[in-house]
Amino acid sequence: MQSWVPFVPDSASTMSWKVDAVYFYLSGVTLFFTLLISAILVFFVIRYRRRTPYEIPRPIAGSHKLETLWTVIPFLISMTIFGWAAKVYFDQSSPPKNAMEVYVVGKQWMWKIQHSTGQREINELHVPIGKKIKLIMTTEDVIHDFFVPAFRVKSDVVPGKYTTLWFEATKTGKFDFYCAEYCGMNHSGMIGSVVVMESREFDNWLSGNTSNTTPAVAGQQLFQTLGCVSCHGATGEGGRGPALNGLFGRETQLVGGQKITADEAYIRESILNPQAQLVDGFGPIMPTFQGQISEDQLVQLLAYIKSLQANSPQQSAPASSPAAATKPSPAPAAK
Amino acid sequence: MKEFESFEVPQPSKVNYINAQYGLKSWLLTKDHKRIALLYLGSITFFFFIGGLYAMMIRLELLTPQGDLLQSTTYNKVFTQHGIIMVFFFLIPSIPATLGNFLVPMMIGAKDLAFPRINLLSWYIYMAGGLITIYALLAGGVDTGWTFYTPFSTTFSNSYVVAAGLGIFVNGFSSILTGLNFIVTIHTMRAPGMTWFRLPLFIWSHYATSLVMILGTPVIAITILLLAFERVARVGIFDPALGGDPILFQHLFWFYSHPAVYIMVLPSMGVVSELIANFSRKNIFGYKFVAFSSLAIAVFGFLVWGHHLFVTSQSVYAGMIFSFLSFAVAIPSAVKVFNWTATLYKSSISFDTPMLYALGFIGLFTVGGMTGLFLAALAVDVHLSDTYFVVAHFHYIMVGGALMGYLGGLHYWWPKISGRMYPEGWGRFSALVIFVGFNLTFLPQFVAGFMGMPRRYHAYPPEFQVFNVLSSAGASILGFGMLIPAIYFVWSMRYGKVAEANPWHLPGLEWRTQSPPLTENFDTTPIVTWEAYEFAPPSETEIVGKFAGELV
Repeated sequence: MQSWVPFVPDSASTMSWKVDAVYFYLSGVTLFFTLLISAILVFFVIRYRRRTPYEIPRPIAGSHKLETLWTVIPFLISMTIFGWAAKVYFDQSSPPKNAMEVYVVGKQWMWKIQHSTGQREINELHVPIGKKIKLIMTTEDVIHDFFVPAFRVKSDVVPGKYTTLWFEATKTGKFDFYCAEYCGMNHSGMIGSVVVMESREFDNWLSGNTSNTTPAVAGQQLFQTLGCVSCHGATGEGGRGPALNGLFGRETQLVGGQKITADEAYIRESILNPQAQLVDGFGPIMPTFQGQISEDQLVQLLAYIKSLQANSPQQSAPASSPAAATKPSPAPAAK
Repeated sequence: MKEFESFEVPQPSKVNYINAQYGLKSWLLTKDHKRIALLYLGSITFFFFIGGLYAMMIRLELLTPQGDLLQSTTYNKVFTQHGIIMVFFFLIPSIPATLGNFLVPMMIGAKDLAFPRINLLSWYIYMAGGLITIYALLAGGVDTGWTFYTPFSTTFSNSYVVAAGLGIFVNGFSSILTGLNFIVTIHTMRAPGMTWFRLPLFIWSHYATSLVMILGTPVIAITILLLAFERVARVGIFDPALGGDPILFQHLFWFYSHPAVYIMVLPSMGVVSELIANFSRKNIFGYKFVAFSSLAIAVFGFLVWGHHLFVTSQSVYAGMIFSFLSFAVAIPSAVKVFNWTATLYKSSISFDTPMLYALGFIGLFTVGGMTGLFLAALAVDVHLSDTYFVVAHFHYIMVGGALMGYLGGLHYWWPKISGRMYPEGWGRFSALVIFVGFNLTFLPQFVAGFMGMPRRYHAYPPEFQVFNVLSSAGASILGFGMLIPAIYFVWSMRYGKVAEANPWHLPGLEWRTQSPPLTENFDTTPIVTWEAYEFAPPSETEIVGKFAGELV
């Protein structure tokens, strides 16, 4: 796990060096001020040590200029840190649109992972190098946290909602991931590894792994068995309920005039608590599915509804051509 | 340099607050703030000892990567209980309830606190909260972490969450009462001539602390109540399965628990201001800046709780605001450090034990504060949050800051409190051992955290072992260092050299009465005609440096 630099963890994603750059800047500032204060302290303590037991130094009242100086300078320095770190954070928190999506469900004390092509894994996540990966995560029980030190990414996994995390690996190999939010008895055993592979190898891995039904197809079956079809139409064309074709990512008008962009959170809420945000023009007739379906099934329904962009339940393959999808390894030289 | 004139001290009488009355009842029903301070001193030392034992168990377990000494359920309870005991029953009451209780009236020239009965009540409430918590530990323990995150604490944990929560809930009222007592006392009971800007900085910092206690503590009480409600009555507040929001708990929890850090460290800053000024025989550089920075910390401290939630899917923009405010709250702390350092310029520094703690505090608090910036910086916090970096950072603030100040203050005022001197040689030796042990314990944890070691791990990947071995070695030195003062303080009560009224030759009011003081503190109400830390008359004030010209 250790990189060639001592005391620095392995760097294996496009985010690593960006975070490290701020970290090293901060370390420099910290070291400078700690040494400065210590040096002045040591100097004063030696220079002005008490020489005779009853001496009294002359009092010094203070100085507005000095006070201003050591208020303003630290403030300015801290603002450079703030701005830089906020900019990188913005990148960390904004998953790219074309990212390959992987569903992650945490539960005490394991990670269940499903690729959009259907492969399931436990405590292991296989990804291709040089490709943007977006994890859509939730949990069946308590709060967990998905943390890959080598990628410098981390996000809580919160029950009742989806959180996302994205990365682009720049190195092949195995990288540990940990649960970083205390989750009970076997918290420290809730660990696994991300396996970063060359694109071709990853495709081999995909085809070598008997792909069960993809989440979207499983979602389509659920859509039938749960009776969604009776209101939303056999292929999501709508009826008594709003149409689901092309719903994902679209702006929708709600009862009361509010507008909302249909994202994972909105679709999830509409399944579990349909009355919360009704689409304009439809009555509160949908039953709640809270407690009736598992997180895994929710993810499948979500994948199906997302696939309904072009009136087809089938999702296009994640990467049409592995060669085209592989980017040259980004060199972290530019800043 | 001028020669020293002794400050006037009245002839000591044979009666003092310790021997004025005898018997258990005279202690348990006392309304004397000094006796109540001693009751607190005994009880927080007891809780500190329990918390320390848990710390030792943690460090022993983490000596090896495998979870081989304790079972994971036991380990989870051990670190939870270490946190609960140390935070709520040691750190929060430590300085205010002992040194603050003893000294706030004495430093402003009052006979007692404004509400002596409420003061005693606050100790009983503290003990009640403590005993309920001890019951929770003995009955089976708690395994939620001291942070009680939901829905783990409300739905999934099979431990004594409600009992431990009740202990903290009850204990909170003692904090509120102490804060209330201090604020009223400082407002209404200052001796004639003791104007606000003549107050020792210890008083300013206790005033700021009291504000945080009064305004923050009710929020944790409400939060714990809601938690218990959900756990017992299954009312959906935090658990999404019941329609609640788990992140809401974190907002409420940190709304108190972040300011609580300032409850721990502000009094310690007050102690350090006293030590720096008095052991260098110099008035504090920029007195008003140091005084107002305490209030600034207390106010800004309430606006930064969201920096504990950067990775919880909190809105990116909320994150940016909280990050900005967290950098802002660091500035008044930095101002204090610079002013303490500047105070030493052209001063007369002695190396008595309290001063060693004060110097240690400045160094360790600087590291603790600067590493706080790492966690306030959004992108860096994403990598570091919930790792050992965080553990190291807050121990630098709480142990390196709060505990160093507490120990420094205890040594400094020990002659006044007990009427006896502690052994100086042993004092210096143990201060050094504690400083070395502390750094060896917690410096490696910064590195382990950056390398990716998550906190609250019972077993950990072997590549982190080297840091943990160093840490455990440091902890054993630290533990040894702590035992030395525990032994010599007790020893000195009987065998220590009898202390004079003013053994350090200082101008503060608490030194202008006998040691130990009378029950009513002073023979006659003192009339204050001098500024804080006035070693030499103002006519002698020197205007120094090229920044001279303006006096503050």
